[in-house]
Amino acid sequence: MTPEFNPGERVRVRAAYPPGHVRAPWYCRGHVGEVERVCGEFGNPEQLAYGLSGEPARPLYRVRFRQSELWPAYRGPGGDTVEIEIYQHWLERA
Amino acid sequence: MADPHTQGHDHHDHDHGDDQPHAPVEEKGGGEYALMAEAMRQLLVEKGVITADEFREQIERMDSRSPALGARMVARAWVDPAYKARLLKDGSAAAEELLDITVAPLRLIVVENKPKLHNMIVCTLCSCYPRNVLGLPPDWYKSRPYRSRAVSEPRAVLAEFGTVLPDDVEVRVHDSTADMRYLVLPMRPAGTEGWSEEKLAAIVTRDTMIGVTEPRADA
Repeated sequence: MTPEFNPGERVRVRAAYPPGHVRAPWYCRGHVGEVERVCGEFGNPEQLAYGLSGEPARPLYRVRFRQSELWPAYRGPGGDTVEIEIYQHWLERA
Repeated sequence: MADPHTQGHDHHDHDHGDDQPHAPVEEKGGGEYALMAEAMRQLLVEKGVITADEFREQIERMDSRSPALGARMVARAWVDPAYKARLLKDGSAAAEELLDITVAPLRLIVVENKPKLHNMIVCTLCSCYPRNVLGLPPDWYKSRPYRSRAVSEPRAVLAEFGTVLPDDVEVRVHDSTADMRYLVLPMRPAGTEGWSEEKLAAIVTRDTMIGVTEPRADA
C-alpha cells in the first residue's frame, strides 16, 4: 500500500469506535495533527490480533498533536505536544 | 526456528500472562490470563512446538537485558558526534552496531532532548517499552495512572518525579502505540567535561532514558 500522506501534512484521525483490537488510541480519534514521519509498512494489528494475516500491510505514521487539540482543558504551555503512531486507514486529510 | 516470543505476533514485547492490554494492570498472579498463559505454555511444550529449555532460555535472555545497554548508547553519542548522528537516524542499526544485539523486528527511534525540548515515553495501550536496550519496564510504567496521565498532564507527572521544566521548554510525549519503540537521548549535564565514556554511562539511568528525569553529574 502506497503512503498517502507526507511529513508536514495535516491529518484527522477517524472518529470511529469499532469493537475489537484497535491501536489508534481513543483520546486522539476525531482530532487533527501533523504527520511527523512515515514509519514504513506493517501488518494490520486489527487482523493480526485474531490470528489473521494482517495483509495488506498498512503504512504507519507518527502524527504530532498539540496538547490543546487533544485536551481542551490542558493547563500546560501551548507548545506541548504528543506524538502517536497511527495506521493509514485511521487517517483522513484534514 | 523463529523465536516465538519476539516475532510473528501482533504485539511483540509485553509481559505475557496477566498483561493483556485491557486487563487491570494491577492484577497480579493467579488471574485468568496468567492461567491461560500457563496453559498455552504447557500445550506448546507438549505438542513439541517449543521445548521447555527454549522457553527458559528466552526468559533468561530477556532478564539479562538492562538499562546499562541503553546507557552505553547514550554515553557513546555524547562523546562521538558521528555515532550520535547514526543513532538519531536509525536507532535500531546504531544499537546493533554498538551492542551486538538484534533489535528487529522492532524499530527503535531515539528522540533527542534539547535545551527547549524534553521528550518522555509512554505506552497508553499496554506496556510497549524498548526492552532490547532497557530490559523490563518498571512497574509504574505499566500502571494505569502513569499511562493515562503521561499524555494528559505530563508536567504534573514529571513534577512528581522531581522534574520541573520551564514553560518555554516543549514537553513532547511519545505514545508507543504500534511498531516503534522509543529511547530518550538526554542532554549531557554540565560538569562532566573530560569524563570517560564509562563514567558517563554510569549516570545515564533507566528513568533518564524514559524521560521522566534528567542525568546529573553528581548522581
